Amino acid sequence: MADAMQPSYTRKIKMGQIITSYSHLHDNKVIVNGRIIFYQENILKFADFVKTVFKQEQFIYPRFYKMDAISKLGFLATELVLKEKTIEGYLPEAMGIVLSNSSASLDTDIAHNETIKDRSSYFPSPSVFVYTLPNIAIGEVCIKNKIKGENAFLISEAFDGKLLFDYVNELFKSKRVEACLCGWVEVMANNCNAMVALVENTGAALDGRSSGFEPMLFNEENLNLIMTRN
Amino acid sequence: MDELILKLKKEVIEQLNLEETTPDDINPDSPLFGEGLGLDSIDALELIVLLEKNYGIKIEDPKDGKKIFFSIRTMAEYITEHKK
Repeated sequence: MADAMQPSYTRKIKMGQIITSYSHLHDNKVIVNGRIIFYQENILKFADFVKTVFKQEQFIYPRFYKMDAISKLGFLATELVLKEKTIEGYLPEAMGIVLSNSSASLDTDIAHNETIKDRSSYFPSPSVFVYTLPNIAIGEVCIKNKIKGENAFLISEAFDGKLLFDYVNELFKSKRVEACLCGWVEVMANNCNAMVALVENTGAALDGRSSGFEPMLFNEENLNLIMTRN
Repeated sequence: MDELILKLKKEVIEQLNLEETTPDDINPDSPLFGEGLGLDSIDALELIVLLEKNYGIKIEDPKDGKKIFFSIRTMAEYITEHKK
């Protein structure tokens, strides 16, 4: 019987979809394609954590600072994936993105509520309000990377590899996408957990892939494996 | 006026999360939108809230916004004229 903790590699399959790059950000740690690229033992506030990673990776994108927490996290997780494996060869319409989490935009909804709860000091912030939907995080990723294909933000109580796999798999089967970013982007107060994977068709994906990372078969088990791997 | 201009620069930086910008980076006469600080329509709304929240000034006619928010100096002049 195969070891459940061992990923299924592409050499076992001829056709289908594979994960060609992934990132996982949680507990002050950032893992990209199995490598820990950032870890700070001292507990950081979420804002400090994402800002430190953003600067460490030398990303230049002033709009980042205007984003809400979930968008910042989704942006970072995605940029780290795409730093390893480009999507430049795809038409914008052929590139999809499906994210998920459990709190939707509750973290930002609470921040918005703070600006309106006192009727004597009622100053709703437009820049907070515009982020009170979780799929705005998808929009930020699409703006940055010129993605115009299928997108969805799914809500589930906990990370659901099957839900994510089934949805994205259907997009490939129905030929709505040629490549798709998918994952989990959860932020609540100072706790965050994000995993984003780039899924591509086997043939296309083997060109120009990042060195040192063996692509993994795209399936529920491997999505769960990435989420639980530290 | 210079004191108000510096205060406004700091408030705009904070309110609009212009993380990498310092007050010295902002020319008080440069346009805030487009080529200047590159602000967008949401930033414009945020500036309207800033005027109301920090200075008690409510802009009644949105058409005035283009003139008022042209630069930090035009904002400062408008505040000086209309502050309650």
